[in-house]
Amino acid sequence: MPVTDRLSTRFAACKAQGRAALITFVTAGDPDVAATPAILDALVAGGADIIELGMPFTDPMADGPAIELANLRSLGSGTKTSDVFALAADFRARHPQTPLILMGYANPMLARGSTWFADQCKAAGVDGVICVDIPPEEDAEIGPALRAVGVHLVRLATPTTDAARLPAVLDGASGFLYHVAVAGITGKQQAAQANIELAVAKLKAATDLPIAVGFGVRSPEQAAAIGRVADGVVVGSAIVDIVGSHGDAAAPFVQDFVASLSGAILPRTQETAA
Amino acid sequence: MTDTATLPNSLRSQPDQNGHFGAFGGRYVAETLMPLILELEKVYKAAKADPAFDAEYAELLRTYVGRPNPLYYAERLTEALRAKAEPGKGAKIYLKREELNHTGAHKINNCIGQALLARRMGKKKVIAETGAGQHGVATATVAALFGMECKIFMGAKDVERQKPNVFRMKLLGAEVIPVHSGSSTLKDSMNDALRYWVSNVHDTFYIIGTAAGPHPYPELVRDFQSIIGKEIRSQIMEAEGRLPDMLIAPVGGGSNAIGMFHPFLDDPEVAMIGVEAAGEGLDKKHAASLAGGKSGILHGNRTYLLQDEDGQITEAHSISAGLDYPGIGPEHSWLHEIGRVQYMPIKDDEALESFQTLSRLEGIIPALESAHAVAAAEQVAPTLDADKIIVVNLSGRGDKDIFTVADALGVEM
Repeated sequence: MPVTDRLSTRFAACKAQGRAALITFVTAGDPDVAATPAILDALVAGGADIIELGMPFTDPMADGPAIELANLRSLGSGTKTSDVFALAADFRARHPQTPLILMGYANPMLARGSTWFADQCKAAGVDGVICVDIPPEEDAEIGPALRAVGVHLVRLATPTTDAARLPAVLDGASGFLYHVAVAGITGKQQAAQANIELAVAKLKAATDLPIAVGFGVRSPEQAAAIGRVADGVVVGSAIVDIVGSHGDAAAPFVQDFVASLSGAILPRTQETAA
Repeated sequence: MTDTATLPNSLRSQPDQNGHFGAFGGRYVAETLMPLILELEKVYKAAKADPAFDAEYAELLRTYVGRPNPLYYAERLTEALRAKAEPGKGAKIYLKREELNHTGAHKINNCIGQALLARRMGKKKVIAETGAGQHGVATATVAALFGMECKIFMGAKDVERQKPNVFRMKLLGAEVIPVHSGSSTLKDSMNDALRYWVSNVHDTFYIIGTAAGPHPYPELVRDFQSIIGKEIRSQIMEAEGRLPDMLIAPVGGGSNAIGMFHPFLDDPEVAMIGVEAAGEGLDKKHAASLAGGKSGILHGNRTYLLQDEDGQITEAHSISAGLDYPGIGPEHSWLHEIGRVQYMPIKDDEALESFQTLSRLEGIIPALESAHAVAAAEQVAPTLDADKIIVVNLSGRGDKDIFTVADALGVEM
């Protein structure tokens, strides 16, 4: 891993403040490429610690309606892979310290080969990649290329990932571990807090990687509750819905909403005192 | 079922233990689905080794599906092509009558097998994707037969275009869920079936309709459909005392084709042609993934896909809804790359012509999918010597297509 690893630095800083990291997702090029930089800046201004930038795909089969529509809006307005990397590189120039993760599907990532993709990530200052449809069994498609250039491959653990399977998921995982709280698609059901706590405890027993929890997290209250047990909270569909409603003018609304999330994820000490 | 794992130098020993056919296949699914896919693989291996499973499958094929279906010598078609060919040319054409199966196509062979697997896994709910509705009807049929709850995901456009099949599925007790996402056609119904499945993995079995998707689906669908090739083998031996010179089958996802080809892959004297839907032409809108696509990852497998340079999936087009898919089963991608099977594009208008030709000459109205294979045979047979033998897979009957065909011919019904 690189000497200055933005992801581990950021997780360490949040930990030092006694709080979970807020990880926010938007789709690159939604509603169009021109509008995306202001939306990304709004995420940071609202208090997001880590940014997940979705690479649009025509067939996002792990996503619910909110993010699926975002993908189609983005592609409909003409977003290309080269635009996604340009958005990432510009973000890196404006926000040298904020970790940036690319999230998406294998086919757009690998269309020009894994080496090309990894090199582009490196050049654009992308810190990590989440590829929804590359399970550990198919790691050879993308893992070696990313590791060779020091870009994290963030793996997903789900409610169906049992103890027997977890080591396979952790083998080759880096950056953080993304716990998918519900067996399902993005933005739909919510997991019971008790189940999340149980799952995070099991994952923490198995790895030293930070644990981030996502899928179905829509409100400041939920984010706060998850923030008490996990190292990171991921919010996606709820933000994407705001972009869907406000389009080009979404940035201030996004910033307000993200501020409500970051404001709710209090340092544990402060919360106890309050 | 025969154990092909004991044939190391065979073309019939694919896939490897990770589900790869050469560079194709694999398991490209969300982590949530992986444990279930791995369990399915275990259950399928155990079922394959269990003579009772095979016996029950064979008995249902015999008494419920109506197998074996005939291998029919299409004499009038053969003679009509010989009349236009050079003297001494014009191969003998046989039709494998899959259209005579219960529900009117090869789809039921696979659905019976997967329903038996679902029952072995204790799943009482099944889901499926469907384009024209043939696989949906076959799935709804086996769900009724096994007393299982059934949901069919179907593109909203297809629901509108295929009202008779929608009604059939409902009659059979299935719930038909119109899919409005994306282009509202087959690939989108597969996306939504996967979305539903990932949210209901604990009690739901996904009956995939073609020899594609994550391992072990391409393998098990092929094995269930291999009954087609096995029957042809014994039927042609009985009729002609030798193996055929050529097999021809239509390829969308390619389950009927792989089922026909697989038992013959190690017989080098048997040539094979998979017929892709060339739609309006390879330079226009089509569904020929091998002729016009490149390797990529979609719906759980690596295979040839219609896509742009960024890896975005492009829309497929064929007059035949069953071939209207931007991908192809991974074993076909492999057979294409190693050159064992030749793949040939046939356009909408050529298929339409053969749809009518076969109806008039043989009294058999073929499915538009199958009409693509008939069209290929019409082109190839006159170039072969008259003592050569071609078997065409008549994968389905054409009743479902009469509205589409009437529309294309400008006939008001």
